[in-house]
Amino acid sequence: MRTIQRTSLLGLAFAALMGLAGCERGVPVERPPIDTVQSGFRGTGMLQVYNPRTVQEQIPLNAAPEPLPAAPKDGPKAKQVYQNVKVLGDLSTAEFVRHMTAITSWVAPKEGCVYCHNPQNFAEDSKYTKIVARRMIQMTQHINVDWQAHVQQTGVTCYTCHRGEPVPSRIWFTAPPQKKGADFIGNKNAQNTPADTVKGASLPYDPFTEYFKEAKPIRVAGDTALPTGNRHSIQQAEFTYGLMMHMSDSLGVNCTYCHNSRSFGDWAQSPPQRGRAWYGIRMVRDLNVDYMEGLTGVFPPHRLGELGDVAKVNCATCHQGAYKPLYGASMAKDYPELSTLVQVVAGAGAGAQAADSKALAATAAAVSAGGKKP
Amino acid sequence: MADYQNLFTTVQPTSSHLHDGVPLKGYDGPRDWKPFLWHLVGRFGNAQIGPIYLGRLGLMSLICGLFAFTIIGVNMLASVNWNPIQFVKQLFWLSLDPPSPAYGLSIPPLNDGGWFLLVGGFFLASVLMWWARMYTRARALGMGTHIAWAFAAAIWLMLVLGLFRPILMGSWSEAVPYGIFSHLDWTAAFSLRYGNLFYNPFHALSIVFLYGSALLFAMHGATILAVTRYGGEREIEQIVDRGTASERAALFWRWTMGFNATMESIHRWAWWFAVLCPLTGGIGILLTGTVVDNWFLWAVKHGVAPPYPELWAPTVDPLTLNPGAK
Repeated sequence: MRTIQRTSLLGLAFAALMGLAGCERGVPVERPPIDTVQSGFRGTGMLQVYNPRTVQEQIPLNAAPEPLPAAPKDGPKAKQVYQNVKVLGDLSTAEFVRHMTAITSWVAPKEGCVYCHNPQNFAEDSKYTKIVARRMIQMTQHINVDWQAHVQQTGVTCYTCHRGEPVPSRIWFTAPPQKKGADFIGNKNAQNTPADTVKGASLPYDPFTEYFKEAKPIRVAGDTALPTGNRHSIQQAEFTYGLMMHMSDSLGVNCTYCHNSRSFGDWAQSPPQRGRAWYGIRMVRDLNVDYMEGLTGVFPPHRLGELGDVAKVNCATCHQGAYKPLYGASMAKDYPELSTLVQVVAGAGAGAQAADSKALAATAAAVSAGGKKP
Repeated sequence: MADYQNLFTTVQPTSSHLHDGVPLKGYDGPRDWKPFLWHLVGRFGNAQIGPIYLGRLGLMSLICGLFAFTIIGVNMLASVNWNPIQFVKQLFWLSLDPPSPAYGLSIPPLNDGGWFLLVGGFFLASVLMWWARMYTRARALGMGTHIAWAFAAAIWLMLVLGLFRPILMGSWSEAVPYGIFSHLDWTAAFSLRYGNLFYNPFHALSIVFLYGSALLFAMHGATILAVTRYGGEREIEQIVDRGTASERAALFWRWTMGFNATMESIHRWAWWFAVLCPLTGGIGILLTGTVVDNWFLWAVKHGVAPPYPELWAPTVDPLTLNPGAK
């Protein structure tokens, strides 16, 4: 009798626990064993926490594909052979074809060339995907040349984000405002929802618009012991917290990967990764404002967000759960054309060398504008 | 003779022991419920349930508390589009948040913190009337008012969090949201905003009294249970008439740690530890943002936070390399 009672009690408790854990998105309860790796002075909680099972799952997902065999540099240039080649015209024809083959396998392996090209006339710009792809190649070049403060010599390629998908899996749109009816009751205050953007926390669920599009202040803690006019509110601190949850989730790391455990704001004691991350935030913002937003009109409506805004990048777009995208494997070194800044010549193509000088200046400014901004 | 048990109370009153309590005085309201016995409850405490004295204060307090509770609940329900299933599923995430910082100390629209302030008013009224009820009921029984004052210590912390500190900071937005996860997020964000609350000495004191209370309660409970076989549960008599139970208990602590509280003083120890936990905590919260903006830097300034060995070259703030960057 007692045993039955005890068993049923235990069962009830377990069911209640599962019911709780089953809330909405499934609270990420991870079973032991969990690995910890010390990364700072002993006893200070400077640890990285890894679930070895998650890491095992992620390793194959973040493997870089084999590079294509190098192509000869000599021979006629792409712009002399093909028409309407605006960005990669200085490659040799062989290199150009190699690049096109690579980009197809990185971005549209199922759809093939016709995802971007009109099979009747590869040169024409009738498909929006071709215009986007051209701009994205420029963006990749811009990242590899102007944002080495973040990507270092490792660099990025199309594959870093696309991973064989025409649309990268980790992108974001501005969250539509809550429908409040008569605005009388039930304000969510842009938070208090189990949101994936902040890893299921009840923190503000759209930190991206604040920091990856607009440049709201991220630093909220004061830099003096006593009050000297720092008026950042606790609600701002929660927005920053939301952003940090996203970064932690994107990189598969915990706070102490970038912060020291006793003063999150203090730079001198912070691990060096925090400096890299600082540039990463600015890089993402630059890419969204200077590259993605400019393409808003190019995309068909079904590729836009609920508010009609263009898909934008955040930390997860490249990192996808790894502390370094593809665990630091450099694909860019095998595709040096992605690490050269090319100024687009309007109407370039065979024989169209005499470019409109005004357009040239405008595009050049657009290309390099972000790079100067830290 | 009842036998000795660690967990359950074996002595149960019989129906002949049922009583209404002391006579009521002129201003007092009537007592509710005829008292009755409930054996199962008697295993854990007193088997007699009731009568309850509700009175005017109790009634008003419950009504105000119900208003506060309902406004929070209805706001939460409205925030999930009145969907009861989502209300249950997302309950831990839902919250009624304080006004936006832009409103300062002014009265915001209902849906941007107005409901929050209303709840604050009802909640405060409810708690204060419950306090007055604790006080007057203790007096009506001719008791001291220790319970009311201990409760007042908790009310102090609540007032600091929701009223005194927001007023000193000039913004209702500093107050704590009403929600399960949201109030925890507030706690973490509060610590992050003010440079790590663990370096706040009053926070440290509060933790000492919190954990200390638990330790004292464990020590005292264990001591009394351990000497119950000698009649040690009759603590109050043993204050003046020490029997073998009291002597053994005292000797045990003198043997093991050289010092013992007495049957009388142990309760003072417990009361002060419990009361000092919210008292010191409230002071720590009140000083945060008003007097100290970054507790870590404060601790460095006063030699509290020791330097750690450098394991990597100090990281340079990129903002200093890129002045004017956002």
